[in-house]
Amino acid sequence: MFISPARPLALTLCLSASLAALSVPARAADGEAIIQKGGANPAAMPCMSCHGADGKGMAAGGFPRLAGLPEAYIAKQLADFKAGRRENPLMQPIAQALDAAEAAAVAMAYAALPKVQVKAGPLERPKEGSGAWLALRGAWDRNIPECTLCHGPAGVGVGDAFPPLAGQSAEYIEAQLRAWRASPARLAGKKGKAVAAVPPTRRNDPNGLMQHIAADLSEAEIKAVSAYFAGLGETTEPLDASQHRLR
Amino acid sequence: MTTTLRRLTAALLPLLAAHAMAADSPRNARLDDQTQLPKAPARPAGKAYFQPPAEADIPNNAYGDLVRRGQDLFMNTRALAPEYVGNEMNCVNCHIDRGRKANSAPLWAAYTMYPAFRKKNNKVNTFVERMQGCFQFSMNGKAPAADSEVLAALTAYAYWMSGGVPIGKVQPGRGFDEPPPPRGGYDIARGQQVYEKQCALCHGDDGAGRKVGATSVFPPLWGKDSYNWGAGMHRINTAAGFIQHNMPLGRGETLSDQEAWDVAAYINAHERPQDPPPGQWRHR
Repeated sequence: MFISPARPLALTLCLSASLAALSVPARAADGEAIIQKGGANPAAMPCMSCHGADGKGMAAGGFPRLAGLPEAYIAKQLADFKAGRRENPLMQPIAQALDAAEAAAVAMAYAALPKVQVKAGPLERPKEGSGAWLALRGAWDRNIPECTLCHGPAGVGVGDAFPPLAGQSAEYIEAQLRAWRASPARLAGKKGKAVAAVPPTRRNDPNGLMQHIAADLSEAEIKAVSAYFAGLGETTEPLDASQHRLR
Repeated sequence: MTTTLRRLTAALLPLLAAHAMAADSPRNARLDDQTQLPKAPARPAGKAYFQPPAEADIPNNAYGDLVRRGQDLFMNTRALAPEYVGNEMNCVNCHIDRGRKANSAPLWAAYTMYPAFRKKNNKVNTFVERMQGCFQFSMNGKAPAADSEVLAALTAYAYWMSGGVPIGKVQPGRGFDEPPPPRGGYDIARGQQVYEKQCALCHGDDGAGRKVGATSVFPPLWGKDSYNWGAGMHRINTAAGFIQHNMPLGRGETLSDQEAWDVAAYINAHERPQDPPPGQWRHR
């Protein structure tokens, strides 16, 4: 349960007794209402206008699925947009316009929607160099673990820190890998004009686990591995504690 | 058996018996003279570690099928061989990149070094016996029979991966290249700080790891579902070597030797199933 750290002290004092019993936010922001109609500040546009009515995102615009993502993950991303650790011209102003209670309510509402599930399949035998290979085997000569080692079998996500890759569009996954990857400056030469270095626009990976991976992936690999996860599809078949997912 | 071979065996038998008796007598057991597997030599500068064959080169025949089955078992040990695995560990947890990664006890550097004497059980172990030890200790389970399908497949996988490695020649990258003990010793409290900063994200504050469905994604480092007292990883130096070279995942060799020793000591200071397994562990 979330208690806003931003609520005024006076309110805290007069309500603390009842809050302790009820454990509800000081101002109960309605996550679903914010998703549909936006926040109190008009700059906080309705989430669904980009993330879709069902919260599954919109591939064409590269807008990610939020439905079923871990609450703590969504809350962290909103905080990181706000603080500039994750740069995005569209999301940053929105994250800044949401107050703490609203951000928490939105995170909770999206986390309550169905989580992505991928149908259990037979053991895959990926071809070296393919997107599936990176996803299931990695590239250990460059210290790149297979994606599923942290993001879970079929990329369904693990805990609060490793979000699902399944259920996301190739456009979104590609954009994130590029956002983590800084590109070095290039001098003018046979290959064309001089290019300035681009610093990473996403710097919020815990323990720097993603940045070095993205930096070592080629453009073709980024495309291939993103297409792999985007192509896994979704099932309504639940995954319970009795089922294994082979790798 | 040919007559010559039979004669040779007959001539050798008394010798073997005498040797066995000598070895059985504690007075004659010169354990300090017994060499264990030699420490891996450093990798010569500019030279790559041995490159095991590519997965695509596993032949499409009965032998290849057994090799692939071995790889499947190696990666999904708990799911595919549950009768032998008593915890939530899989071979691939300690042998990163499907047993291919140097300094993560790669199979290609192990297979060709057996049979070998091991102080642990004070005898010459075959490769199969060595793997049986993994099941008993690292997997806190039950050793599959030497002629079982599981060990046949795992042996085939290790054999295939070792194609091109000279028999009996110790390879750089073998084992975990354990760093020497730190001068000032190790410190469990300092290890806890390293753990909280670098390891808890995946393995959890409680060391229990994380699962998706029934499948362990991040292995438990202590507690009832982790390796037991007899596992190699329960030795601080071995764990320190594994950690220094391979952890955090994908960012190996970023922790100092001191940090690796400290955090290995912290991890191994926790409760875990005891030796001998199985069925000895009591839920608290």
